[in-house]
Amino acid sequence: MPRFGIPRGRERPSCENICDLTRIALLLLALAWTAPAAAADAAAAPWWIWPAALFAVSFAIGVVGVLAGVGGGVLFVPIVGGFFPFHLDFVRAAGLLLALSGALSAAPGLLRNGLASMRLAMPLALVGSVTSIAGAMIGLALPTNVVQTALGVTILAIVALMWSAKKSETPEVRAPDALSAALRLNGVFHDPASGRDIDWRVHRTPAGLVAFAGIGVLAGLFGLGAGWANVPVLNLLMGAPLKLSVGTSGFLLSVVDTTAAWVYINRGAVLPVLVAPSIVGVMLGAKIGARLLRVVHASTVRRVVIGLLALAGARALLKGLEIWT
Amino acid sequence: MDVSKERRAARDHAVPAEQLAYARWLDWGTRIALAALIVTFIVYAAELVGPHVPFERLAQLWSLPVDQYRAAAAAPAGWGWLALARHGDYLNYVGIVLLGLVTIVCYARALPAFLRRGERALALVVAVEILILAAAATGIVGAPH
Repeated sequence: MPRFGIPRGRERPSCENICDLTRIALLLLALAWTAPAAAADAAAAPWWIWPAALFAVSFAIGVVGVLAGVGGGVLFVPIVGGFFPFHLDFVRAAGLLLALSGALSAAPGLLRNGLASMRLAMPLALVGSVTSIAGAMIGLALPTNVVQTALGVTILAIVALMWSAKKSETPEVRAPDALSAALRLNGVFHDPASGRDIDWRVHRTPAGLVAFAGIGVLAGLFGLGAGWANVPVLNLLMGAPLKLSVGTSGFLLSVVDTTAAWVYINRGAVLPVLVAPSIVGVMLGAKIGARLLRVVHASTVRRVVIGLLALAGARALLKGLEIWT
Repeated sequence: MDVSKERRAARDHAVPAEQLAYARWLDWGTRIALAALIVTFIVYAAELVGPHVPFERLAQLWSLPVDQYRAAAAAPAGWGWLALARHGDYLNYVGIVLLGLVTIVCYARALPAFLRRGERALALVVAVEILILAAAATGIVGAPH
């Protein structure tokens, strides 16, 4: 089925595209794979090697993240935390700021075009903000190997979720619950692809709030960003249209990640030498990824990213368990 | 996006006016913060302004947990970085902190719209969010004591 705005002749993946993608994935793997060996001799290596490698890896993450439809944070933390010499405290802080920068940059366009709903996001963001502070404080209090192990388990769970996730374009919501009615969590969403205006409302708001409480903890604890969890909760649990869920998730991230990021900033866990190259790398990579999106088969990239995530998750788990240090 | 374009977008896409105002403030706030982050990082990386923690020393310390790092590098917590902003590494905090402040400013911008329309429940949600963000930003919660 042709995708909107993509010329018919270009919708199939060409050998070149797949080869390019494989090269990106291999580059990411090679950079990540050689990092531990180099880290063992980190004191002898010139300091600038690491920010430079971080920029290269972040750039690659930006490219494949856009193509696979996942945020940079979820790839960044396990890959950099698993294969670079920086302590996980600094990597989580950088991951949060990375996810925050992406969300802040994307949110204005989403809000203007009605692809995100502030009204829907604000109560959920409030719960997520409170629990993200708790998550960040827990993460900074726990021993590193415990956080590393939990990160590995979480990443492998995300892989399973991404592999099996279902979506519903416009879920049926027969009646709003009392809370969503009181907060008037409804509106009209204009779908630019179909040109239709879709009246939306949500249900199961209390369950949604509980889910966002959990998402906030994970976001603060691991610095992952949480688009992978926001969208299924908004779409499948609460019944928001899929495109509105994706857009609103971006706005939600900008609020929840801000709160958690402050905990890390105030703790002194932000190292500019990690943050700036990562943010610039991912943003430049995302721009290239957005261009490639027109010619690359998204499902192929998604499989590559799921494979990378599985590797990074396994590495985090084994590092946490001190099996592969 | 100018105001007339915003009104047209609001009419065409049924986007509430406060959402458009939020988007405008967020857009400019994020641009300013990212520009500050990049410019101050160039200043830091090029050593136009000397860092508080020299790069070679930093490479020996960045594998430590944050509390040990702070002790070893005599690095500040909370807003203590302001006193060290004359150094390249803490000058770079300006952009990072601006990124953290953008959302608070935008929420404060949105609050009066909900109050004017008499949407007390949502106005309360926005007001509490501002308090939580402010508590996190000031270090009332989450900062080491």
